[in-house]
Amino acid sequence: MPSNKSVSDAPITQFINCRILRDHMLKGEDLWVREGKILDPEKLFFDEQGFADKRVDCDGSIIAPGFIDVQINGGFGIDFSRPSEDIGVGLSLVSKKILEHGVTSFCPTLVTSPPAVYHKVLPQIKVQNGGPNGAGVLGFHLEGPYISMEKKGAHPEQYLRTFRSRGIEDLMETYGSLEDVSMVTLAPELADSQSVVKELCQRGITVSLGHSMANLSQAEDAVQHGASFITHLFNAMLPFHHRDPGIVGLLTSDQIPAGRTVFYGMIADGIHTNPAALRIAHRAHPSGLVLVTDAITAMGLPPGRHTLGQQVIEIQGLHAYVAGTKTLSGSIATMDMCVRHFKQASGCSIEEALEAASLHPAQLLGITNRKGNLDYGSDADLVLLNDDLNIISTYISGEEVWKKGA
Amino acid sequence: MKLIILNDYDQASEWAAKYIRNKIFQFNPGPNKYFTLGLPTGSTPLGCYKKLIEYYKNGELSFQYVKTFNMDEYVGLPRDHPESYHSFMWNNLFRHVDIRAENTHILDGNAADLRAECDAFEEKIKAAGGIELFVGGIGPDGHIAFNEPGSSLVSRTRVKTLAKDTIMANARFFDGDLSKVPTMALTVGVGTVMDAKEVMILITGAHKAFALYKAIEEGVNHMWTVSAFQQHPQSVFVCDEDATLELRVKTVKYFKGMMHVHNRLVEPLPSEPKKN
Repeated sequence: MPSNKSVSDAPITQFINCRILRDHMLKGEDLWVREGKILDPEKLFFDEQGFADKRVDCDGSIIAPGFIDVQINGGFGIDFSRPSEDIGVGLSLVSKKILEHGVTSFCPTLVTSPPAVYHKVLPQIKVQNGGPNGAGVLGFHLEGPYISMEKKGAHPEQYLRTFRSRGIEDLMETYGSLEDVSMVTLAPELADSQSVVKELCQRGITVSLGHSMANLSQAEDAVQHGASFITHLFNAMLPFHHRDPGIVGLLTSDQIPAGRTVFYGMIADGIHTNPAALRIAHRAHPSGLVLVTDAITAMGLPPGRHTLGQQVIEIQGLHAYVAGTKTLSGSIATMDMCVRHFKQASGCSIEEALEAASLHPAQLLGITNRKGNLDYGSDADLVLLNDDLNIISTYISGEEVWKKGA
Repeated sequence: MKLIILNDYDQASEWAAKYIRNKIFQFNPGPNKYFTLGLPTGSTPLGCYKKLIEYYKNGELSFQYVKTFNMDEYVGLPRDHPESYHSFMWNNLFRHVDIRAENTHILDGNAADLRAECDAFEEKIKAAGGIELFVGGIGPDGHIAFNEPGSSLVSRTRVKTLAKDTIMANARFFDGDLSKVPTMALTVGVGTVMDAKEVMILITGAHKAFALYKAIEEGVNHMWTVSAFQQHPQSVFVCDEDATLELRVKTVKYFKGMMHVHNRLVEPLPSEPKKN
């Protein structure tokens, strides 16, 4: 962390009249930012005799770390998994639009696809910082193809794969490169998966368990090999059974290595997870809850009929149906909606609701040294919210990138 | 000397804060005319600082043209240690108001040459034109700043070894571990405070009652260093009822009878100063 001692001429912004989320509490403190990072004002005062060049009156609003969405398949008519000549354009659109939902960085997620799609899409998108043009890309979340046939959900069956006794080699052939990948979802019951989990973790990639028939001991084994996340808890896994709670049992397992936390993704849109199930998970393991949108192409589109690829879908409120049916075609809730719904459904505090969309995903990805908190030295990725948790404005690296009504 | 007796701590704090506010306002400070304010640390002034912050936030008070000089600081304690007086001033006053760092002065207990640091502090006070109003608290043994019993009443800013009692009392701020408690401090002298144009001493709580009695009803004595201010031309003691417990009825009645006069000093300001 650079010290304030290295005196900088860069302008300093002081957010005043705000409550900031720090150390799990909302505190009536000012927030200071210089060069895109959160500044320790006491050091500035005593070491540099410095002061703010600009003051932003927040009018009593809450400042939270920018939201991090580790599972988003697309939105606003864009599907990251559909290969096109210029994926970058679609990704730019999504990354720009999610700013208004408080998301400042995300993991674009690809569902099970043929190797050709990975080879085409992955090289086009690089890990990149956010800015006025959109939320930052933390790296891909590759959900599949190493998942269970029985729990494939909406993933295309013909592209599912096993490791074919070749482990990481097969995975590398499928994906082509892991350079800009931050997370892989796989089913731990697949033969050879443990060595793959270990190998991926060694390369700094987060392994998530999901779309799986795994029993608890298989899941625990994967965690002991390094897996640390559960993809959309309750969805696409064995339902909780008291004699074998399956992957869900990881929430209260006593086989988690000391000092480690298993996180779990939760689609808190009020549709994909019953509020009672959401409460069960939250009360059992509050510190592991990570809000994800798992948003699909239709997120952010207005109500009515839309043609998306081969499908016609109909949006009614928060539901996206395959047109003419009552079949859900995926989540269209935005991150800020999920935060509000989670708070309302779980009865948790404002702090907890905000941390589930910021601190927890950052802990999961191991990036708390720069994201997911408002500690000194962290990136000044911020959301300003009112007490109903509606977004007022969004900042990336201390720069306003979206403002309500602007 | 004025003795101001208020019902309780909160009222005493508010009175003191209003007094400071009015003094700064009446001084009419500006870019070429800074108000110089001496400041204490400890639990006694906390309520007063809270009020000053409130006045700043209401637009009744600005520290833009105020220079502050703190009374003391521990030797060898890291500046960002939560118990350092730098941390105290930052957390309880400076961070909340519009004061510029360059206008605040706190002795550096980590200076390579402590003697030179103390001399420089005296020079800085002089360069600022002396202290307009020095605010202080006292210990139960009647010490002002770290001028413990027996300190010279003409002392200047210097290094002091802390009394055993003070070290023991401070242990509660250092995990109850005596070995962690600083044993030395830099402090302004009694003479340094005496040089201020005006001195205001805050004394609250029954445990300070004997010290208040020694301060004002007995003679000047270096074993109760605060008693030196009997010889100051313009001193104000602000206390609560509890602190008067050891005083004579006559003393208390006399000063209470003056309250209607003294309260004029803290009346609302004649006109609303412009918000900074």
